[in-house]
Amino acid sequence: MTLEAVKLAAEANQWVAIFPELLLACLALALLALEIVLPKKLHAYIPDVALAGLVGALGGQLVNFQSATLGKESFNGLLLHSPGGQVMRVFFLLTAMLVCILARVSLAKQKVPRIEFYHLVLIITGAMMLLAQSNHFVMFFVALETVTIGFYILVSYFRTKTASLEAGLKYLVMGALSSGLLLFGIVLLYGVAGNPTLPGHSASALHYPALGQFLVANPHNFLAGVGIVLVLVGVAFKIGAFPFQIWVPDVYQGAPTPVTAFLAVGSKAAGFAVLLVLTRDVFASYDWLVTPALTAMAAATILFGNIAALTQHNVKRLIGLSGVSHAGFLLLGVVALSGPVASVSATGAIYFYLFAYLIASFAVFGVMAHIGGADDSDQTLDHYNGLAKENPFLATILAIGLGSLAGIPPLAGFMGKFFVFIAAFEGGARWTLALAVVGVVISIYYYFGWIKAAFFEQWITPADTADPRPVRTPVDVVSGIALGCLALASIFIGFYQGPLGQWLTLK
Amino acid sequence: MSPLPFDPLLVSIAAPLALALAIALGLPKRWSVLLAYGAFAIPVLMALHVWWHFGDAAKDHGYAFLTRYATGLDGVGIGLKLGLNGISLPLFVLAALVGFAAGLYAIQSGAERLKIYLMLLLIMQGGLMGVFASVDIFFFYFFHELALIPTFIMVGIWGGRDRSYAAMKLTIYLTLGAMVSLLGLIMLYVKSGAHTFDLIALRDHLAALPLAATVQNNIVGLLLFGFGVLVSLWPLHTWAPLGYGAAPSSAAMLHAGVLKKFGVYGLIQVALPLLPDGLAYWAHPLAWLAVIGNVLIVGLITIAQRDLKQMIGYSSVMHMGYAFLGIAAGGIIGPGGVVFLMVAHGLSVALLFLLATAIYHRTQTFALDEMGGLAQKTPVLAAFFVAATLASIGLPGFANFWGELAIFVALWKFSPLITALAVAGVVISAVYGLRSAARVFFGPSSAELAKVTAAHPPADITWKERFPALILLAALLFIGFWPKSLTTPINAALTPHTSAKVGNATGR
Repeated sequence: MTLEAVKLAAEANQWVAIFPELLLACLALALLALEIVLPKKLHAYIPDVALAGLVGALGGQLVNFQSATLGKESFNGLLLHSPGGQVMRVFFLLTAMLVCILARVSLAKQKVPRIEFYHLVLIITGAMMLLAQSNHFVMFFVALETVTIGFYILVSYFRTKTASLEAGLKYLVMGALSSGLLLFGIVLLYGVAGNPTLPGHSASALHYPALGQFLVANPHNFLAGVGIVLVLVGVAFKIGAFPFQIWVPDVYQGAPTPVTAFLAVGSKAAGFAVLLVLTRDVFASYDWLVTPALTAMAAATILFGNIAALTQHNVKRLIGLSGVSHAGFLLLGVVALSGPVASVSATGAIYFYLFAYLIASFAVFGVMAHIGGADDSDQTLDHYNGLAKENPFLATILAIGLGSLAGIPPLAGFMGKFFVFIAAFEGGARWTLALAVVGVVISIYYYFGWIKAAFFEQWITPADTADPRPVRTPVDVVSGIALGCLALASIFIGFYQGPLGQWLTLK
Repeated sequence: MSPLPFDPLLVSIAAPLALALAIALGLPKRWSVLLAYGAFAIPVLMALHVWWHFGDAAKDHGYAFLTRYATGLDGVGIGLKLGLNGISLPLFVLAALVGFAAGLYAIQSGAERLKIYLMLLLIMQGGLMGVFASVDIFFFYFFHELALIPTFIMVGIWGGRDRSYAAMKLTIYLTLGAMVSLLGLIMLYVKSGAHTFDLIALRDHLAALPLAATVQNNIVGLLLFGFGVLVSLWPLHTWAPLGYGAAPSSAAMLHAGVLKKFGVYGLIQVALPLLPDGLAYWAHPLAWLAVIGNVLIVGLITIAQRDLKQMIGYSSVMHMGYAFLGIAAGGIIGPGGVVFLMVAHGLSVALLFLLATAIYHRTQTFALDEMGGLAQKTPVLAAFFVAATLASIGLPGFANFWGELAIFVALWKFSPLITALAVAGVVISAVYGLRSAARVFFGPSSAELAKVTAAHPPADITWKERFPALILLAALLFIGFWPKSLTTPINAALTPHTSAKVGNATGR
């Protein structure tokens, strides 16, 4: 074998393009292997291995951000390595890290197997990263199903708790339904795009560019329109947009808190990563259909999420419904992108919003994990009364996280909303934007109510009973540092967008 | 440029914020209080310094001390650009003075959890200095919000009666106002096509390519609604008396004295030069709303108040009516008078809130009916209060007089009928002002008060309370007797860029 042949083989080797995903998969398998190999008393350190591996993967991803594969397809067009995909890789790695940190707090209160949890988190993260870079409906569907099936298990992970099991079942039923609709849409698109009598037909119509070309050549095909709507419905289930948000409150309430966080941040962001690619590139010629559909969905989602959250007393349902409203704000950004006057800043705005949402959400979920007891599905606002006096650290983190979610300057969430609003205005979604402003004002009420419970209200234990509230978990070093960093990041990014702004907005 | 080796504007913003951060990170209480004196004093020193050097400083488009700091958003045309023109300079000085007084008063008040209280007040102070020093519209808005958030928390934790309800109402109203005005600013940004939030660049851009009349009308409409809520334009004012009634004194001083001016300042600094046609379009509805709603209706409501703090809150709503009238009147004298009035009113209302709290400490009540005859026991406090009341009414010799006079002069050209109604408002403010002073300090002492004073004989105003009050009163008198110190920069700022259109369109 000559040197030339080795070089060729190395160049043709595309596995390097998905090195971060492979790393996560190996790490996930290594966790299981470690559980078998290591003596029992060392098992407590296995989650730390997962965390360390994630930190390493994140570091590698940041160092190798401008990778040589950027802008190229790999695996016969299954994947497209775009800058947006790189951004989402970082996003999902960060999410997984924070989920692992929350799991350290939450799982300790339960008698459940530990290692499998981290295993699943890693697998799902790898699948999400592939999903964000998928360039082919087969890749898209396989990655999405890997994510969803992983979540079926994670949602019902507290298998002795009825709430968790119920949530798992609901998620299974709704997830199966949405996967079915999505698949039906994909098949319709494949079928119609493969019709040899139509112009621009293609034998490989599941490949995004091929499908995009077909749609450009047939801009008003009825069947293709139905297929597009069904695909959008499938994605809307994942992001929890109205009217496909019905599973959100129950599943968010029943799932273990780290899983709720993972669903709220990771799953939602994965949906948006896909939606961005689809609406911007593939379905661009169907904007006459996609834009009105998404506009209506965005408006309804913002209104429904905020109004439904107003009356919630259970914080996990509250954060779930507030997450629905955030999906609405993000959809507003997608609308700006798909509209007749595409906004140049919309993509950056959506990425910025996602990062701000990640930072703020995990701060809040982190506090929730410390407040909740063994059964963390019945956590109500009352549990927060007097928090500011008893644990000022957690109360401050909570206030910053909620403030950022509410979009109060100078926190990062405000900048996210600001950019999305500018994009929406540029994209011409004026009335939806007006609705979004109303939504922000409504959201202040319930976010502020939560802060009020923690800062202004006092808890009085009924005289004749013991304190019904679960004991608050003391903050350990790792989660303390993580939460502190999240809060500081929310403030810092609000004040100085510096590298993040250049990285996300100026592309 | 200023002869200092550092940027005085940045320092006056950063000093309070830096100390707030240090307190958040766990600075011990003794050091926090000690350093707070400095953090409140630095903005005053810087403000006096720039005031002194403003006249002979190099200027670009009327702005002196310009510096720009990149914050990573150059791509969307946002950057922290600091500078002062003749309109922002007086308010910058006002913010520094009232902040200093409020800070000193807070330190001597010995509030519960003083450290956190000071931290929030420092954030507010830093935000306020930033509002008036920003040339970038985005940061102008951003700093306003930064200063606004602590108010909610301070009302909620340290507030008086109904604090929970008041904090909630304040938050929702002011967020609504802030969001709507943000929408207006975003519309201005997108429609101008300049892709920058820099006020100077926008001004040049729009001077060459003015916006269409309907676009201007829409933007000004949004801004008027949004800023209207923030400045308590009738009928969107109901948060103000309730909020001020419940707010702790220092927060009320800073909010009513300075922060509330943000909306009016925004109209003068942003809408007047950039959107003159839009402002002219709305001038008449705005003027009628202000004179009937703010001046007359709220004025009469103020007379009916039985609670001292709520009365001051309502009176500040009423005086903001004059500010809107001045903007509607247009020209140079109108907005110039408004800037002057804002400074004067800021100082006098802060002084009134300070004194109201001082009175409360002696009577244990804000109810006017349960007071009386306090002047015999606390003559110096009474003298301060009467002086503040006279200033607020607009007696010559105090700064308020010049502001109101200029507005009335400008208003006469705009509409004599509105002027007549507005002048009638002065009588109303004289009625409630003098009546409250009489109720509190003169006449027979009520039975309730006699009980309280018997238990705790009231001491006269202490030096710790007197010092911040003296700062405010001295500033009021200084500007009142030497208005030229402010009018020169104000005139210079308004003369070149106020479009002749406003004067013509509104002179009908």
